[in-house]
Amino acid sequence: MADRNEPLDRVKSRRDAGIAAIVAAIPYISWLGIRFDRRGDELTAVMPFSEKLIGNPMLPAIHGGVTAAFLEIAATVELTWATLWDDLESGRMVPDAAVPLATPRLAKTIDFSVDYLRSGLPRDSYARARVVRLGRRYSSVQVEAWQDNRDRPFAQANGHFLMPQGG
Amino acid sequence: MRQNDERMRIAQEFFRGLPHLNALGGRLTGFGDARAEIEMDWRAELVGDPRTGVLHGGVVSALMDTCGGAAVMAHPDNPSGTATISLRIDYMRAATPGQKLRARAECFHMTRKVAFVRALALDDEEDRPVATATGSFTVER
Repeated sequence: MADRNEPLDRVKSRRDAGIAAIVAAIPYISWLGIRFDRRGDELTAVMPFSEKLIGNPMLPAIHGGVTAAFLEIAATVELTWATLWDDLESGRMVPDAAVPLATPRLAKTIDFSVDYLRSGLPRDSYARARVVRLGRRYSSVQVEAWQDNRDRPFAQANGHFLMPQGG
Repeated sequence: MRQNDERMRIAQEFFRGLPHLNALGGRLTGFGDARAEIEMDWRAELVGDPRTGVLHGGVVSALMDTCGGAAVMAHPDNPSGTATISLRIDYMRAATPGQKLRARAECFHMTRKVAFVRALALDDEEDRPVATATGSFTVER
């Protein structure tokens, strides 16, 4: 599998290009201003606060729909990342950050269930997703979002996804 | 009916002041009797899949969440505010690119503190919903 003597910068740039290719395939991610931090294979979705994310200007609070979208993006990107990892590491797939990933490789959301735990403050938000089950046809993903304190999530969600066929 | 027209006008004003709804280009097109309708135009920046032009699921969620909250506000009990507790969305099919996306929600039950909502997301083919949702919302009095 992976070549342990492969130069580190090449390993890193290949992985970063993998993430960039996924993000480039989904315009809505950039519209919301979401980016991904990577440590090894661990991804954190980051959504910097901006005016257009506000739902209720009286509080102000992040729009519940934005929170749902943020969680769903974190979940789908994590799932796609998990399916690409082996191909990426073995060199079967060489992503180009400038070229959006071919979309048939993206999973489709079947259902998505969001719990709102506290109101989203006008701060940056973070989310991490965990693929609970990676199946050939269906997958299940759990995701959690927080702002100032990692152990005080403001929303969590569970979703089921239809996996791309023949990707 | 006149009273409903007045409430619709106030609601439209309120919803026009919501930054994210404006960013999406959403408009309140129905409000009253515990029901609400919001519609928005298709836009390239909101696409999840550029090869097909299909809107991202998150856009559908955002529209249905807003519409669910609006339906709570449109309840005859006249709550002063609401927030989503939970929302579950089932995606039935892709919204057809280029068509308007419309959400319709109904607050079918309200207790002193909790409101229960169901919602539909539709494009021009109204008998084939794009998505359905059920949610619970807080009731501020």
